Amino acid sequence: MNELRTDLVSLILSLAMKFSMATVLLVFLLLIGFIFYNGLAYISWDLFAWEYNSENVSMMPAIINTLHMIVIALSISLPLGLFGAIFLSEYGNKRSKILAVVRIGSDALVGIPSIVYGLFGYLAFVIYFGFKTSIIAGALTLAIMILPLILRSSEEALRAIPMSFREASFALGAGKLRTIFAIVVPAAIPGILAGVILSIGRIVGESAALLYTSGSVAKVASAMDSGRTLSVHMYAISSEGLHVNEAYSTAMVLIIIVFFINLLSNFIAKKLTKA
Amino acid sequence: MYFKEIFFKGIFAFCAIVSTLALAMICIFLFANAIPTLFSIGVLEFIFGFDWYPLDEIFGIFPMIIGSIYVTALAIFIGVPLGVLSAVYLSQFCPKSLSKFIIPTVELLGAIPSVVYGFFGLVVIVPFLADVFSGVSGKSILAASLVLSIMILPTIILVSKAAIDSVPKSYCEGALALGATKERSVFFVTLKAAKSGILSSVILGVGRAIGEAMAVIMVAGNQVQLPHSVLDGVRTLTTNIVLEMGYATDLHKEVLIVNAVTLFVFILLINASFGLLSKDRR
Repeated sequence: MNELRTDLVSLILSLAMKFSMATVLLVFLLLIGFIFYNGLAYISWDLFAWEYNSENVSMMPAIINTLHMIVIALSISLPLGLFGAIFLSEYGNKRSKILAVVRIGSDALVGIPSIVYGLFGYLAFVIYFGFKTSIIAGALTLAIMILPLILRSSEEALRAIPMSFREASFALGAGKLRTIFAIVVPAAIPGILAGVILSIGRIVGESAALLYTSGSVAKVASAMDSGRTLSVHMYAISSEGLHVNEAYSTAMVLIIIVFFINLLSNFIAKKLTKA
Repeated sequence: MYFKEIFFKGIFAFCAIVSTLALAMICIFLFANAIPTLFSIGVLEFIFGFDWYPLDEIFGIFPMIIGSIYVTALAIFIGVPLGVLSAVYLSQFCPKSLSKFIIPTVELLGAIPSVVYGFFGLVVIVPFLADVFSGVSGKSILAASLVLSIMILPTIILVSKAAIDSVPKSYCEGALALGATKERSVFFVTLKAAKSGILSSVILGVGRAIGEAMAVIMVAGNQVQLPHSVLDGVRTLTTNIVLEMGYATDLHKEVLIVNAVTLFVFILLINASFGLLSKDRR
């Protein structure tokens, strides 16, 4: 401690670090605290009513649409991502061209801003394929958005399975396909699941890509109808400025949902590293 | 049996290239729509035009390009020092018992939806700025940059921390053995070795800040103008699309697609530089 006092540079560096960390945590506490403080004050059962109208900006239809969106997007993206990952980890070797091409493709997809996805989804699914503004058009757009996430995390999970598992299966006379589906994939499920849960988090949080693909009609929608998800709902009520109090509560619910999704994926990831 | 194996291998291979096909599809849809429009209104007029009057078919997105650059640069200027210093602290100085709580917190911060950040900016930062600088609405470059700098903090902290963690301990120990203090050793030796990793965290942050639309739209004021101070309202490339796509028709709509392509090219350039950097590191 004594030498620290005589060394000004060290002292300044140390203070700067602690100041930065404190600022980051303070901002975080302010953000969560402010929204929860106001959100708790204005939350009521009415906000979870089945019907939305201009007096009661219920978030229930939006929550149901979000679930709907998650189910459709995942049922498209999960098989594609998982099968693709199986190819990359079980069939491709490290030098193969396909591997490099897929890497580049999925890296580029991760970086594209969501509003560009939204515009693409609008041009491709809403107009060109004629789905109109609908849940399905939004879900297809999101499916492309989360595909690299699922592909890469599944690939990692499959690669982490020791070679001896596969060799034991081959030694018992099982074919490659049977080995993959009976041994390798079941063993990799925790890792795959962690990627799926992260993608659910992205779907829940997304709004820019959905504004012009699934639209913002505030009612429970079937796959071919337009409907807003919770994030779009949040954007709609906060930018209108008429229901600020309800917006606090909606933001709180949104944070709680994301918090649980995060907790779950951390829990699964931890289980994975223990096993 | 043999046929089944081959058949499934084909399916797996197809699924593997779907992501690349999707990228190709995105490029085709956007560029096919954008390029004819771009040439019909003139490349230079479009990119360097100062005026945006869509109803009179005058399309210049220079103010939006400048807006995006201003907002992003300021966000980086605020967010990077805070983020990198926090990362150094978390990686080298923070006691385990404390970092056990801080790291999940930072991860959660990264998962919060952008509309929530936008809303926070709208109800806290904008009124605060309006209070401090009297006579302005508060919806400004500064507000947008502050919101964005909070949003990029998790990326910068987590990626920088990973980079600093991966520097061999012996570097820092060597400096310590020569009599340097822990702070000096970490900042002048470990941090230097983690330079390229930290730089890639900054590039990821730039990508996120340029691409963000929903949070910026709520706090930036959205006026089409070349800003004179950080308290002026501004419109960015992303928000221009969100604001006008709802009612745009014909040529106006086509031009917004060109706008998206401009943004897309920006991001591809940033990603390419990221790719080059990480190749350097290997």
